Amino acid sequence: MSLTDIPTPRHIPDRLSGQGARILRSWELLLFVIAVLIFLANTQASPYFLDPWNLSDATFNFTEKAMVAFAMALLIIAGEIDLSVAGIIALASTAMGWALQFGVGTPGLIFIGLGVGLLCGAFNGVLVTRLGLPSIVVTIGTMSLFRGLSYIVLGDQAFNGYPTDFAWLGRGYVVWVISFELLLFVVLALIYGAVLHFTNFGRHVFTIGNNATAARFSGIRVERVKMILFLLTGLMSGIAAVCLTARLGSTRPSIASAWELEIVTMVVLGGVSILGGSGSILGVVIAALVMGMVTFGLGLLNVPGIVMSIFIGGLLIGVIALPRLFRLLRRGRV
Amino acid sequence: MIPRILKSREAILLGALLALLVLVESRFSGFAAPRNLAAVFNDTSILIILALGQTLVILTRCIDLSVASNLALTGMVTAMLNAAFPGIPVVVLIALAVALGTLLGAFNGILVWKLDIPPIVVTLGTLTIYRGLVFLLSDGSWVNSHEMSAAYKAFPRAVFLGLPVLSWIAVLVIAGFAVAVTRTPLGRAFYAVGGNPHAAVYTGIDVGRTRFAAFTISGALAGLCGYLWVSRYAVAYVDVAGGFELDVVAACVIGGISIAGGMGTVGGAVLGALFLGVIKNALPVAGISPFWQLAISGAAIIIAVAFNARGSRQPGRIILKSAERTA
Repeated sequence: MSLTDIPTPRHIPDRLSGQGARILRSWELLLFVIAVLIFLANTQASPYFLDPWNLSDATFNFTEKAMVAFAMALLIIAGEIDLSVAGIIALASTAMGWALQFGVGTPGLIFIGLGVGLLCGAFNGVLVTRLGLPSIVVTIGTMSLFRGLSYIVLGDQAFNGYPTDFAWLGRGYVVWVISFELLLFVVLALIYGAVLHFTNFGRHVFTIGNNATAARFSGIRVERVKMILFLLTGLMSGIAAVCLTARLGSTRPSIASAWELEIVTMVVLGGVSILGGSGSILGVVIAALVMGMVTFGLGLLNVPGIVMSIFIGGLLIGVIALPRLFRLLRRGRV
Repeated sequence: MIPRILKSREAILLGALLALLVLVESRFSGFAAPRNLAAVFNDTSILIILALGQTLVILTRCIDLSVASNLALTGMVTAMLNAAFPGIPVVVLIALAVALGTLLGAFNGILVWKLDIPPIVVTLGTLTIYRGLVFLLSDGSWVNSHEMSAAYKAFPRAVFLGLPVLSWIAVLVIAGFAVAVTRTPLGRAFYAVGGNPHAAVYTGIDVGRTRFAAFTISGALAGLCGYLWVSRYAVAYVDVAGGFELDVVAACVIGGISIAGGMGTVGGAVLGALFLGVIKNALPVAGISPFWQLAISGAAIIIAVAFNARGSRQPGRIILKSAERTA
C-alpha cells in the first residue's frame, strides 16, 4: 500500500491476455481444483461419502453461512465489513423464540426473523453511513450488543417447541435429496451473482470499493449503496436465523457463535479482496463448498470440530500466502 | 493550555470513569474505597496489558485478533509444563511464556510484513489456528488447580508494597509504554506509520518492519498474560479467555485509539480498559445479572466510537453540494 509498492511497468503488453489465459490463472479455478481434490480425498477417506443422502447432509454445513456470505461479499467488495452477522442471527432467533411464547405461527415467525435482521442491518448502516464511523469498530460493538441482548432475554435458558411446519424450513426436502435450504442457497447464489456481475448496482459496488471518492464524483450515491448493502446483510442474517432456528428447533443465546469469523473466512477464501474492489460470487460459492466439504469429510473421520477450525484457519492463510510466497521466491531468484 | 487538556479525549474519558464511580458509589457505598479500587485494578490488569499491546498494533493501522488465542496457547503450555515438571522455576516458565508469545506474535508480523497479507485476514486465521493448537496440545483436557505447583499459583498473588504482583506488572508495563511510546524512535515510528505510511517511508521508516515490531510486542505481552491468566484463575482449558480479543479491541476503541491508525495514547488505552473493568466489577455489586455485561460493553463501544469520531471527522471538499444533501 505504500508508495514503494507501486511498480513501474517494465513492459507494456500490446493486448491483454485472452479469455482462456485469464480463466487458467483465475482464483476460482485454483479453488475449484482444491475443491475437487478435497472431494476425491473424501471419497477415499470414507466409503459412505458418495451416498446421495450423505452428500445432501453435507450441504447443511455451509448453506446458512453461505447465504450470509453472499451479502457479506458485496459489503466487503464495497470496502466495508459486518462482524455482527452472528449477533444478528442470535438476536433474530431470540426474537422468534420470544414471539413463539405468544403463539405466533410460522408466517409470523418468519416475518419477525427477517424483520429483526433488517432492523439490525439498518442500525449498522445508519451508524456507518450517517455518522461516518468505521464499520469494523461499529460492528464489533453491535456484535456484542446484539448477542448481549439475546443473553439478557434468555440468560442460561432456551426457547423450544417450534411448530412442525416451521421446522420444515430447516429440515425439509423439496424433491428427493434437494433440501429447502440447498434450493434457497442455489437461488440466492444466482440472484447475488446476477446482481453483482450484471447490473448497474453491482458495478457501483465494485467502483465504491476501488475508490469511493471517485465513485461519488461519478454520481454514485455511495452512502445509499452502502446502506442497502448493510440492509441486505442484515436481511440475509435474518434468513439464516430462520433456517438455523428451524433446523436446530431451539434458540440459545450462544447460537451461531463465532460464525462471523467463518463467514468472513468463506468470503476471503472465495477470492474477495479484504481491501475491497474485487471478487466474485462464483468464488464464494466454491469456497462455501470447500469449507463445507472439509468440515464434513473431517467429521466423517471423527476429527473434532476445533481441529477442523485449524484446517480452515490454515486454509485461509495458506491460499493467500502461498501464491505471494512463490512470487517472492521467484523474484528473489531472478 | 488548560482548556486543551480538559477537552482531550483522555480527560473526557477520565471524567466519564469518575462519573461512573460516583454513580456506583452513591448506590452502593464502599465500591470506591481504595481497597476495592485496588481490587478492580488488579482484576483489570491483564486487560490493560493486552490493550497496550493492541494499541501499538492499531496505531500502525493493523489489528491483532489473535491475542486471546495466543494467551490460551501459552497459558496451556506453561500449565502443562508445570504439571509435568513441578521443579521448573516460575521465572523460567514466565520467560518461556514471553518467548512463545513473542514467536506467535512474530508469525503474525512476518505474514503482514513479508507477504503483505491484510492483518485482519492473518489474525483471523491465527485466532483459530492457535486456539486449535491448544486443543491438540491438551487433547481437550483441563489442567486443574491441584496439578499446579504452589509457586506457580502464588506468584501473581504475592503482595508487594500493598499491591499484588499482578497489579505491579501492569503498572510496570504502563510505565514502560508511557516512556517508550513517547520517547523512543520506535515508539514515534508507530505513530508515523499509522498517521501517514507514505510520509513514513520518506522519513526513512520501514513500514513493514514497524508493523512487525508492533505484532511481536503484542504477542510477547499476550504470552506474558497467558501465564498470568492461568496462574491467577488456577485452571487451563481450551476455551480460556475465549472472545477476550474483542474486549481488548473494545478497551482500545473506548480509550480513543483511532482504528484508522496514528492516533491514541497510552493513558487512553489504560482508561478504556479500566472503564470496562469498573463496569464488569460494578454489575454484580448492583445486582444486575452478568448476562447484561456483553450488551453493555457493546453499547459502550458504539457510544465511544461515535463520540471519538465527532471531533476528528474531516469534511471532504464538497463540490456536489446539492447531491450531498439528498444522498
